[in-house]
Amino acid sequence: MKKKKTTIIVGDIIGCAAALIIFVIPFLFMLMNSLKDRKEANQLNLSLPDNFLWSNYLEVIQTGNYQILTAFKNSGLITIGSVVVLIVTASMAGYIIQRRRDKVTGIVSVLIMVGLMIPPAILPTIWVLQKLHIYKSMFSIIMLEVALNTPFTVMLYRGFMSTIPIELEEAGYIDGCSKINMFTSIVFPLLKPVTATVIILNAVNIFNDFSNPLYFFPGKANSTVQLTLYNFMGQFSSSYNLLFADVIIIVVPMLILFLIFNKRIVDGMVAGAVKG
Amino acid sequence: MDKKKIYSLWFLVPATTIFAVFFIIPTLASLYFSLTVWNFDSSKFCGLDNFKMFFSENSLNIGIKNTLIYAVLTSGLKVILAFLIAVFLTSAIKTKHIIRSVVFFPNLISTIAIGITFAALLHPTKGIINSFLSIFGVGRIDWLGNVDIALFSIIGVDVWKGLSIATVIYIAGIQSIDKGYYEAAAIDGANGLNKLLHITLPLSRPSRNSVIILSFIGGIRSFDLIWAMTGGGPGFATDVLASIVYKQYAAGYYGLSTAGNVIMLVLIAILAFPLQKYLYSKETA
Repeated sequence: MKKKKTTIIVGDIIGCAAALIIFVIPFLFMLMNSLKDRKEANQLNLSLPDNFLWSNYLEVIQTGNYQILTAFKNSGLITIGSVVVLIVTASMAGYIIQRRRDKVTGIVSVLIMVGLMIPPAILPTIWVLQKLHIYKSMFSIIMLEVALNTPFTVMLYRGFMSTIPIELEEAGYIDGCSKINMFTSIVFPLLKPVTATVIILNAVNIFNDFSNPLYFFPGKANSTVQLTLYNFMGQFSSSYNLLFADVIIIVVPMLILFLIFNKRIVDGMVAGAVKG
Repeated sequence: MDKKKIYSLWFLVPATTIFAVFFIIPTLASLYFSLTVWNFDSSKFCGLDNFKMFFSENSLNIGIKNTLIYAVLTSGLKVILAFLIAVFLTSAIKTKHIIRSVVFFPNLISTIAIGITFAALLHPTKGIINSFLSIFGVGRIDWLGNVDIALFSIIGVDVWKGLSIATVIYIAGIQSIDKGYYEAAAIDGANGLNKLLHITLPLSRPSRNSVIILSFIGGIRSFDLIWAMTGGGPGFATDVLASIVYKQYAAGYYGLSTAGNVIMLVLIAILAFPLQKYLYSKETA
């Protein structure tokens, strides 16, 4: 028994050391270099800063006439808008697809699941947006994020629906519940746990999305958080301190989210991924 | 109860409409536009010219090759490494919850931020990774500047980022294995390695299949990380289909760009779909 305990402790030590080296150092590296002066940061090493220059953050925020604040506003609106629409549309769709098994729901379900695998066709999408006269608008990028995240979200809702017993709906039916009331006052409240997962996963996904805003939401006024970060990479290529200050500013919201919802995020990811 | 009346198809309309207008129509249109020379106002049919060009031009067909290398290697490495980490993290060690969170965190960071950070860590003269290797007498490696190495460096970073989700899927799979198997094996005198090879390995197949499919498709579609780290360079050494789609669009060759999209779709149709079918048929067998 004693021997076993030692192996476990050795395992702990090795595990923590490996996790530290492989996964923590890159984040320490970002943080340390974001607080150095330009010359020091450009040496790209891990040492503590000689003096902590919190002013780097201020400088990054002020760059380009407070561009990063506009970017946060845009990313925030896109994320909130898309998540709200997704919750409404995907919960309804998942509910019907799971409860009503016939030809129509079968076809819809296959089509949506194909969307899990196939990448969006970029230029034809721009073409459609132009034909609808909504290219480069906030509305269009929200609709696109909704469309692209629909398969995954419907899948989550459909999977969760199958764990909800049908008896409640039958009782509601006998009491003369209308089909809209059935959903809004009986089923939707029961979907709360999966809705929480949907919010977190989609929020992270959409906030971190780079390629869709790059294609479908171009222009300086439209800049999103990830696009500014990419542009800063060119602009600050010789001042790593500012570049990493920008990285930290963008990473911190996710870090806070993670510290609060750690367990829910991990569980949600598993639920989403395994059912796929 | 009358299912048709209660579960009205009208509930499907919002999701289906948005999905059809912003995903299905563009996808179908891409099949046609990939056969044309077009801009957003007009198009001229040119048959399979775009595809011929794609396969004959070296700067383009390298993208197909790189995409396949990228998809196969990232999913292969994630499948193996994540399994080992998951076995380790489901063992009796005490700090597993902390390590689990640490391993998981990269998944929440934007790919662009990770690309920027690793481009700095991999810097040929000043980067930490080279200074670390020089302790062991390894000379300076130009991770992202050497044509032969660059793609593999990015694959390494992709694996670093993607390990988290793969590990979490494996952990869920391993934890759902009936403890009775291990107890029975222990009574029969099986050691740790026996248990790993004959219980954990075969019974974690469903999660392994998810990891393979997810990372393979993710690999074929990958763009952000490559774009942030090398932009497809040096030369065309790290260009993949998705980065070619962007470059051809920026250069104004819309037909060629759309053809790149269609090739991605075809690769997924002829590789990922059958792979998934095959893996799931084994799972139920």
